[in-house]
Amino acid sequence: MATLNIEIDGKPLQVESGETIMDAANQAGIPIPHFCYHKKLSIAANCRMCLVQVEKAPKPLPACATPVTDGMKVFTRSDYAVQAQKSVMEFLLINHPLDCPICDQGGECQLQDLAVGYGGSSSRYQEIKRVVREKNLGPLIATDMTRCIHCSRCVRFGQEIAGVMELGMAGRGEHTEVMPFLETQVASELSGNVIDLCPVGALTSKPFRYSARTWELSRRPSISPHDSLGSNIEVHVKDNKVMRVLPADNEDVNECWLSDRDRFSYEGLNTPERLTWPMVKQDGQWIETDWQSALQFVADKLKTFAPEDVGALSTPYRPAEELFLLQKLMRGLGSGNVDHRLRHSDFSLDEQATGGFWLGMPVTYMSRLNRMLVVGSNLRKDHPLMAHRIRESVRWYGELNLINAHEDEFLGKVHAKRIVPPSQLAATLAGVCVALAELKNQPVPAIAAAYLEHGGVVDDTARRMAASLAGGGQGATDGGRAVFLGNMAQHHPTSAQIHALAQEVAHLAGASFGVLGEAANSVGAMAVGAVPHHGPLRSSAIRGKNAAEMLAHSLKAYLLLAVEAELDTHDPVTALQSIAGADFVVVMSPYKGKSLDYADVLLPIAPWTETSGTFINTEGRVQSFSAVVKPLGETRPAWKVLRVLGNLLGLAGFDHNDSKDVLRDALGDTPTGNVQAYLCNEIGPVAAAPAALGPGLERVAEVPIYQTDAVVRRSPSLQRTLDASLPVARMHSQLIARLGLTENGRVSVRQTASALTLKVERDDHLPDNCIRVPCGHPLTAHLGPMFGPITAEPV
Amino acid sequence: MAKSDKDSLRLSQESLNQIDAEVAKYPADQKQSAVMGALRIAQGEKGWLSRELVEYVANLLDMPAIAAYEVATFYNMYDTQSVGRHKITVCTNLPCALMGANEIGEHLKKRLGIGYGETTEDGRFTLKEGECMGACGDAPMCLHNNHVMHTHLTPETVDALLDKLK
Amino acid sequence: MSLLTPSIKVCSWTQDFDAPASLATYVANGGYQALRRVITEKISGDDIIAQLKLSALRGRGGAGFPTGLKWSFMPRAFPGDKYIVCNSDEGEPGTFKDRDILRYNPHQLIEGMAIAGYVLGARVGYNYIHGEIFEIYQIFERALNEAREAGYLGENLFGTDFCFQLHAHHGYGAYICGEETALLESIEGKKGQPRFKPPFPASFGLYGKPTTINNTETLASVPWIVQHGGQAFLELGKPNNGGAKMFSVSGHVNKPGNYEVGLGTPFAELLEMAGGVRNGHKLKAVIPGGSSAPVLPGNIMMDCTLDFDSIAKAGSMLGSGAVIVMDETVCMVRALERLAYFYFEESCGQCTPCREGTGWMYRVIHRIEHGQGRPEDLELLNSVASKIGGHTICALGDAAAMPVQSFLKHFGDEFAYHVEHKRCMV
Repeated sequence: MATLNIEIDGKPLQVESGETIMDAANQAGIPIPHFCYHKKLSIAANCRMCLVQVEKAPKPLPACATPVTDGMKVFTRSDYAVQAQKSVMEFLLINHPLDCPICDQGGECQLQDLAVGYGGSSSRYQEIKRVVREKNLGPLIATDMTRCIHCSRCVRFGQEIAGVMELGMAGRGEHTEVMPFLETQVASELSGNVIDLCPVGALTSKPFRYSARTWELSRRPSISPHDSLGSNIEVHVKDNKVMRVLPADNEDVNECWLSDRDRFSYEGLNTPERLTWPMVKQDGQWIETDWQSALQFVADKLKTFAPEDVGALSTPYRPAEELFLLQKLMRGLGSGNVDHRLRHSDFSLDEQATGGFWLGMPVTYMSRLNRMLVVGSNLRKDHPLMAHRIRESVRWYGELNLINAHEDEFLGKVHAKRIVPPSQLAATLAGVCVALAELKNQPVPAIAAAYLEHGGVVDDTARRMAASLAGGGQGATDGGRAVFLGNMAQHHPTSAQIHALAQEVAHLAGASFGVLGEAANSVGAMAVGAVPHHGPLRSSAIRGKNAAEMLAHSLKAYLLLAVEAELDTHDPVTALQSIAGADFVVVMSPYKGKSLDYADVLLPIAPWTETSGTFINTEGRVQSFSAVVKPLGETRPAWKVLRVLGNLLGLAGFDHNDSKDVLRDALGDTPTGNVQAYLCNEIGPVAAAPAALGPGLERVAEVPIYQTDAVVRRSPSLQRTLDASLPVARMHSQLIARLGLTENGRVSVRQTASALTLKVERDDHLPDNCIRVPCGHPLTAHLGPMFGPITAEPV
Repeated sequence: MAKSDKDSLRLSQESLNQIDAEVAKYPADQKQSAVMGALRIAQGEKGWLSRELVEYVANLLDMPAIAAYEVATFYNMYDTQSVGRHKITVCTNLPCALMGANEIGEHLKKRLGIGYGETTEDGRFTLKEGECMGACGDAPMCLHNNHVMHTHLTPETVDALLDKLK
Repeated sequence: MSLLTPSIKVCSWTQDFDAPASLATYVANGGYQALRRVITEKISGDDIIAQLKLSALRGRGGAGFPTGLKWSFMPRAFPGDKYIVCNSDEGEPGTFKDRDILRYNPHQLIEGMAIAGYVLGARVGYNYIHGEIFEIYQIFERALNEAREAGYLGENLFGTDFCFQLHAHHGYGAYICGEETALLESIEGKKGQPRFKPPFPASFGLYGKPTTINNTETLASVPWIVQHGGQAFLELGKPNNGGAKMFSVSGHVNKPGNYEVGLGTPFAELLEMAGGVRNGHKLKAVIPGGSSAPVLPGNIMMDCTLDFDSIAKAGSMLGSGAVIVMDETVCMVRALERLAYFYFEESCGQCTPCREGTGWMYRVIHRIEHGQGRPEDLELLNSVASKIGGHTICALGDAAAMPVQSFLKHFGDEFAYHVEHKRCMV
């Protein structure tokens, strides 16, 4: 890469050859007006706004598309350049409707901003202006297509980032219109980013429409509370209310993007379902009361139980400070019954693990991997922006191999895949392991060999995957190989087997090994010790029951921190039964929800926008945030509630002044270093335990993208998207025929509890002995566990 | 789209064979190159390109439906709205206009009772105004259903042509 | 006439025969001999390019770029895929010469492309034929099959290890696909939206591979040049303007049609060949190179010779050699209105000045033609035209602007009359 000397506006610069004038200007901080150029998208050079004067060139050249040459002299503000730029602006304004007073983009509109500098104060266009019909893009994106200036960013975004071309520009000339293919929604889970990309008010946020002007909003930084990436966000607040959420640039985490879930979940913050007063149930009636009374009541009651009869449960979506204090409180009471892993079913790894499970690499590396194996993951929907990074890897030189129980379009090239019933995940992985060992002339690991004798098969696909993993770059870092476990692999009844086998594959391949991560604070929850088998940073602590054990049978008392038992657990039926059978249930939650049915005390705690806190993302990045609005009503940050409760219970060490104190108490003075030291995916040897193949049908369940946690469940716009459609029962056409069902007909499915009638949909990507019914959804909650046998009959 | 609806869209084996022949002209990983030929063939069989037909062709070529729709709406010989059994496209560009194309156009409008871009009520004729077709020396001229060119038109030859097209 | 005699009828000689397009006619009269010699004697590509440069053959599609130079841009030693593409999109109003080559002499084009493939290292070629001449596309496909069956296309031609396959691809109604990068996009199965340059097709062309695109007539001239040498071709014309060219004459002449003459022929001679102005009328204006070329008043045109240099000196372009003749019955405002509509209709819509500006110019001219012109309109038109030209991704913007500017320059009085009197001067 040669270094060239150029001049822009008289300023000498050194630039790498191959870069454009726009790149050079950006590096030097010299602004050049533009619309279609975007640092993350391919060059289009069609808006022509960035025309600049280049010495010796016969006409003005587009800065975004012109490569620098040695000795080049560029003038971005000479009369010649400005004349060209002004002429383009004039052309843009002749058909652009004068909508500013009613357009949401007003005040944050690139066209407005550039028109100030380059537009005329009056127009000499006296002809008819074109009008464009609106397009329905669904509940998230509002369209005013007459405003479109045809920059094509939204089209390029679909092709290049979202992985699916949902918008195109049909027609020709003046009649060109941006549109989706059919008037169906734009369905990508990253679709909302076009709102940021659109330089005018053609694509705007539908939930936010007409609700505020940009200059009325305060902008406050925060961190997304949903998936394990920990996207950096900017929350916009007006009059103490969250109005919208935008991405904050962080090149190492979310770049400049947000998933739709992160962008629109805020709607769930301001619903009438919010719990705003402490409530206590007396004689079957809910009574609102004050904090003092409520907490005293809780403290008094808790002291009446033996420590081992009390269980504390939370989710990995809560900030680290609360989870830390929850386990400190329980252990202070003498109980180790604390856990956040509500969807897990196999806890045998607790003994084998040597640290907290994490991604195994910085997030940025995911864009530059060249051999990947992902096991048991609903990749796109569980990790929208990590899937985007993997697509980048695939586009450049990467090979992606998938082992899963269902196949949804990855939107990128998949090198090899095996779709198997959940009970066969481990055996399939074992097949790859054996093939890889053979390829590398290494001894076959014992656990994999055991599977071979129990139905594990080394077939062509296994060999293809092994060959793929054996190739590619060196080492476990940037440009190398990786084995990842997805959420389903972690929730699986034999997740220890899967983890151990995946680790063997990674060792053999010389690949990095890690988990993609379930939630915003999965790593944080482990790190602060909100688990029964160790304390913060794996310090030894009182041990107790894990989440499954706590929910298998009724304990006498439950302390539930933001848990919606019918939706957040591995087996909601058993969980609800156990909780309902307890003597005393304390629910701390931002919402009322179904806990009105089984709780004895309801304590309103803050969602992440109303409290300070910390999430640790899947790469171990400690990201702290402050509250962006004041708590609603009598809501309090949960860490404060737990501190007061700890004091009322007479426990030592509950005198923190602020959440920073709590974090220090949890993770020490150097949290980042301490967390890094704690993270480790390696586990000790695990004995093979091949699962017996059942003769019947198996359930395949995924948590729908917009049902992952309490806040997003309550966002009305997200609940109107295609991804939030009513659950159906998906089956292979052969299974449909075998069961005597009809496609689009109805079926009655049953697991351990009551039956559920669902619409039948065909999915020939499923194994023919599986029925795919999503879990974590109100309509399917009473079926039973996420994995296991399921029966079906015609209705 | 429900699978059963697709049968009514399904192209004949003859058409599918022709599309295969188009695909064979291009590198194996560039099936999209055949979309212009495939849309032409589909339109030839079904008369015009409905959205569903465009999607069907897109699926044959493993390309996004919207990308195929872009092509169908960009090139003006594709009809994305229904047309009569006989589409007459008259070039009225300057060279043809100098040689009497507008008069032929007017004659057609009068005989058919429709204007440019319109279809007769009985669905027999659609009249369209076209751009230069590269036959200026033979003006006035027109295309019948995109593929058959008639040149040196006079009102008489126009009448004879229309009478022949049932 | 035949390919073996160095006559002026470089491309049109087969029209003297029955079955002009047939392989038999072509082969019986020297066809495919140049290809055979080049391949079997392994003549060096450098030598052929040198002959092309000597011939002063310039692109016959409109841009007039020196062909030898263009071929030398290809990375001929690059081991990967490369392509030779023929631009038979012929959409420039007034142009209809390539149609005659395709239907009367397809094999000379095929041979020219095969020679190009050999020189440029391309194993595959595509001929992009605009969809409006679909029957001729079918004729060309038949010629391709003839050539394949006879062993002039395909694997191991003439028993050597040279392989070359040629396919036809049809457009379907878009003038912009005559722009070389839009044409490539169209072959790739996308909208015909031109690419920005650089990169140029010789480094990033069809499917991202090095590609050379030439006009039909340009490629069809190659076998003649290989047969008779660059010097002979040059001498058909005049210095720096080598060869013969087919001129498509249309408009107010008695015998519209294609006439193949040597470059440097006086325009007056071509006019006479075309039977002179019809009905004994007077010559008012001529567009010498297709509608994108500036219009010239009749008297200026009469002083020109038909070559790149002479017409450029007169303030226009040889372009595609499409000569549109207008007599005194033509209202120049109405003529410009129709041309302005054409560019508005055909703009691909990608870039701002063309997408918005062509519509603006058309609407203003439309008003003037319909008696609603305003005094400031003429200056407005020139201003808008000057803001389009040079600011667009491709030359369609310039092509839309030049007629407006030239019509106003030479016939401004008619426009002023329209504005003032709200009707035609003519």
